[in-house]
Amino acid sequence: MSIALYRIDDRLIHGQVVVGWGKPLNVGFIVLVDDAVRASTWEQELYRMGVPAGIEVVFASTAEALACLPDWERDARVGLLVAGDIDTLATLAGDGHRVTRINLGGLHHRPGRSPRLRYVYLSDAEAAQLKALAARGVEITAQDVPTARPVPLEDFT
Amino acid sequence: MSEPLRGVIVSHAAVAQALLAAVAAITGVDDALVPVSNDGCDTGALAERLTQAIAGKPTVLFVDLPGGSCLTSSVRLARGKSDMAVVTGVNLAMLLDFVFHRDLPPADAARRAAEAGSRAIRTPAA
Repeated sequence: MSIALYRIDDRLIHGQVVVGWGKPLNVGFIVLVDDAVRASTWEQELYRMGVPAGIEVVFASTAEALACLPDWERDARVGLLVAGDIDTLATLAGDGHRVTRINLGGLHHRPGRSPRLRYVYLSDAEAAQLKALAARGVEITAQDVPTARPVPLEDFT
Repeated sequence: MSEPLRGVIVSHAAVAQALLAAVAAITGVDDALVPVSNDGCDTGALAERLTQAIAGKPTVLFVDLPGGSCLTSSVRLARGKSDMAVVTGVNLAMLLDFVFHRDLPPADAARRAAEAGSRAIRTPAA
């Protein structure tokens, strides 16, 4: 098996990730890549609370994720990796082209961003960053839950 | 306690609003609870909504699930504050009990509400 879903979602681990995607994919482990959460055991406990006991949660910094990605890809269980921003996934995708597909699951309103979809807000720079990733061969779609239609990047940038 | 506790219901979609309406319909109490939905929010936006709902008053936060963005934002806000407490798994029974026991310290009110909510979960013979 391997990482079945690389997701960008600023809420990190939450209901859509654990239940919406985790159940149909039969996820055995979730990797949360976030430098701030990795540095805080208290934050880690908060995110772990929402995950059933049978699913392992791995907390990694971006640097740790780069190093561990090959092991996660070889893991016999189904994995799901989530990060809160485009930069993190761009870094992971830039290393040996291991990340070939990215799911945009939730990037919400902040100053400088404009609405692209109900759950995707992007600045012009972020939209350009995603287009650059796509130009390198990464398939990028927006899809909050598995039952929704995946929206190709070109439809909202 | 001089000021009665405020209850803030924190939920996905419109669960909080629906629970508030049900409490008002059953009890006639319509000033004890404030609904907050996480719809369209990242963690920063949800924290802002919660801060506005709490309005600096002693509060019990009633969260729908024991994990996820509603919980993480609520616990972050309540961390280290004696005038705030968090309960997860909100249901109508716990809110009905809470609105009539708002003179307790937040931690005690939260424990009481959790017990009331737990007692309401049964599997009666049909």
